[in-house]
Amino acid sequence: MARITELEVNGTRRHLDADSDRTLLSVLRDDLSLTGVKYGCGEGQCAACTVLVDGAPAKSCLTKVGTVAGKRIVTIEGLAPAETLHPVQEAFLEADAMQCGWCTPGMILGAVALLASSPNPTDAEIATGLNGHICRCGTYPRIVRAIRLAAKRAAKKGVHA
Amino acid sequence: MANTPDYSWPPMETRQVMGQNIKRLDGPQKSAGRAKYTSDFTRKDLLFAAYQTSPYAHARVTKVDTTPAERMPGVKAVQVVSPAGTEVQWEGTEIVAVAAVTEEIATEAVGKIKVEYEVLPHLVREDDLTKAGTHVKAAGEKTVGDPEQAFQQAEVTSDGHYGIPVVTHCCLETHGQVIEWRGDHVNCWPSTQDVTRYAGTLAPNLKVPVANIDVRMDYVGGGFGSKFAPDSWGEVCARLSQKAGGAPVKLFLDRATEQLIAGNRPSAYAKIKLGGKKDGTITAWQSESWATGGVTGGGSPPLPYIIANIPNQRQNHSAVSVNCGPQRAWRAPNNQQASYLTCCAIEDFAAKAALDPLEVFKTNLNLYAPEARRATYAWQLDKAAELAEWKQLWKLRGQGSKGAVKRGLGIGFNAWAGMGHNSQCRAIIHADGSVEIEIGTQDLGTGTRTIITQVAAETFGLPVGAVGLTIGSNQLPPDSASGGSTTVGGVSASTRKASVNALAKLYEAAAPALGVEPAQLEARGGKIQVKGGGKSLTWAEACRKIGGGGSISETGANDSRNPGGLIAAGASGIQIADVSVDTETGVVKVNRYVAVQDCGLIINPRLAESQVYGAIIMGISTALFEQRVMDEQTGRMLNADMEFYKLAGISDIGDIVVHMDIRPENDKRGVIGLGEPPAIAICAAIGNAVANAIGVRVPRIPMTPDHVLDTLDGRAV
Ligand code: FES
Ligand code: FES
Repeated sequence: MARITELEVNGTRRHLDADSDRTLLSVLRDDLSLTGVKYGCGEGQCAACTVLVDGAPAKSCLTKVGTVAGKRIVTIEGLAPAETLHPVQEAFLEADAMQCGWCTPGMILGAVALLASSPNPTDAEIATGLNGHICRCGTYPRIVRAIRLAAKRAAKKGVHA
Repeated sequence: MANTPDYSWPPMETRQVMGQNIKRLDGPQKSAGRAKYTSDFTRKDLLFAAYQTSPYAHARVTKVDTTPAERMPGVKAVQVVSPAGTEVQWEGTEIVAVAAVTEEIATEAVGKIKVEYEVLPHLVREDDLTKAGTHVKAAGEKTVGDPEQAFQQAEVTSDGHYGIPVVTHCCLETHGQVIEWRGDHVNCWPSTQDVTRYAGTLAPNLKVPVANIDVRMDYVGGGFGSKFAPDSWGEVCARLSQKAGGAPVKLFLDRATEQLIAGNRPSAYAKIKLGGKKDGTITAWQSESWATGGVTGGGSPPLPYIIANIPNQRQNHSAVSVNCGPQRAWRAPNNQQASYLTCCAIEDFAAKAALDPLEVFKTNLNLYAPEARRATYAWQLDKAAELAEWKQLWKLRGQGSKGAVKRGLGIGFNAWAGMGHNSQCRAIIHADGSVEIEIGTQDLGTGTRTIITQVAAETFGLPVGAVGLTIGSNQLPPDSASGGSTTVGGVSASTRKASVNALAKLYEAAAPALGVEPAQLEARGGKIQVKGGGKSLTWAEACRKIGGGGSISETGANDSRNPGGLIAAGASGIQIADVSVDTETGVVKVNRYVAVQDCGLIINPRLAESQVYGAIIMGISTALFEQRVMDEQTGRMLNADMEFYKLAGISDIGDIVVHMDIRPENDKRGVIGLGEPPAIAICAAIGNAVANAIGVRVPRIPMTPDHVLDTLDGRAV
């Protein structure tokens, strides 16, 4: 059986030994202790397990680890240097866009990817961009507000969120 | 202490920290992915467990052969849960569990275990009472006044049938725990709504003294009423650990099993007849209702809801037992169902009488219970109507828009008790000025951590950053389950009392230096000062007077039976849905959803609003999408997943307008919990808005395209 022995995660090369058929979700959580990545359904329906692969959002529960060797993987833990927050994380905090927090890492990575491709999204674009991200606690209006806030601040600073 | 200290809340206008939109204190951890939930537990020696469950709704287990699993390398323990002879009563019943070195091995191994069954007859649907046969248990008739005569004399009568299905909790973090049972000591990391009592509930099954069970939980990914107890999986997890020589075992349900066995909200169906006068006065109620909460029946909505004093009533209720996973408390148990059934009947009565339902809700205010809440409802009805632009937008049923897309408005109401659970708090002030608060409570995402810290900071006259907080362990002063919207009441009262008690000790230490009696001191703006201005010490200077590197440690308690004046029971709210229904596709869209809600004194307005948003969105999800679909033939749930068990997404909710009713008379009542009340009336308001839009009643929640189209085409729903 093919094995994966190296992954590039959050800017560092991580060594491991995993069957290439395993899901990226299980490898990140169980082998690399990156537990900010969450299991919600295991079937692509909730996006709690979202990570960025070469900058694009991917549902790690549906991604075989064998398909991401050599690609740049970013999890919520790698979005900002230790003990600091990325502007989108700041905006989520400010808008109170979380309750239990389970969906939050996936939401934030989804929002980062959305803002990268569409720096000043309309509410409709936010809704389309994050549809598929399920929050059982019902934080959606706050999430829309957080993304708008992050976009506005980035525009002011002249940078991408 | 000489006198009973004054625990009362500082007046609204003098509050410095309470009433502020302090950012959620655990927000940085949550948004950075650093918050550790129980299912995030990792350790080198951790074992993973998996279940094999029953594919049958009703069967007898005839054989369980675990040898194929036991032979597999990597398997460390096997625990049979339902041995041969066990009668299985619902699909998903746990038969056997395996713990192994990886999740993959555990899943493969448990799948190899051979289980044989003798299949028995089942009933899994209760919507058609005539097919339920011996599974129906009547609760007996209840009458008030003379319903017969009242209906005879009624100028208007209306009839309707209504149904609200079983829905599941679907917490995003599924149920489970990590347990390590070493010798006579058990360490538990559960995903729970009740850290304090977890050990006490688990102990008798394990025959280990409660004192030897250590429980820790920092974060939980949702509960909504479904995570109060250790459940059978708590004990199974412990036994697997014991068999595996004491290694920690992680046993979490997968999503499918979660949907089947880890909790659901009972259904409710009813035929309801209302009678009254042409002016909208309701004089008579008759209902025949039934519900199921699983094998034991269950589910008995309190009817008529809120408008409880209708002078003439006849009620019959039956419990139906079905071979499905058992009910659990679901965010305001029985209240969504009762609100839906009652508000729909009122709206149908108004439509029959060609009256504005807003007026009918108001005309009958004198029938609302309790009496003390009537004035609040009256005010809220007007406020909600104003925010929803009721006067401009509401039209008689079915007489709104001309085209295929019809717009409609509908009303729902809610009531909830709240009050505060038993809670104990310890407040510690150290000589170096640092402050610690300790409570054995849990933060379900409601903001409990933030609220406790705000109360303590307010009391000490300090910023929130100066107050440390520890929760989430049964080694701390005991709290209670987070349920019934009682947490904020419990913890705010115990924290206030402990903090006031500690502060009194600090005043004693600081008074001599200021040359006054302790009673003349107050804590404000980081200082201990003589009341009304004058001499003061900084907080740090005052704490140094504690002396000798010592500390002050004081406790405070909330007694649920004798809560004092800090907290209260009784919240109410009015909600109005504004929807558009496409009569060609059957799709219902929420344009705007207005919620007017009171909850007494509000400690953090933004967090309070987040609770209301969350409750409404959960409600919209149940009103439009959610239902457990059971297959009569196989007895299985057809949507035990998140693909066909659909939850609302970000584009499904419309514009939500939340108005917190914070008039001074509400603030004076004290703190009242908010998790449940705003979750109650959504099916009612949306159901009514749909009926108002399309001119006919879609009897069954959820308002899916097929339910809408079937109703419009005159097919049974
Ligand atoms: S866990 Fe991957 S989409 Fe739900
Ligand atoms: S915050 Fe709980 S699931 Fe989104």
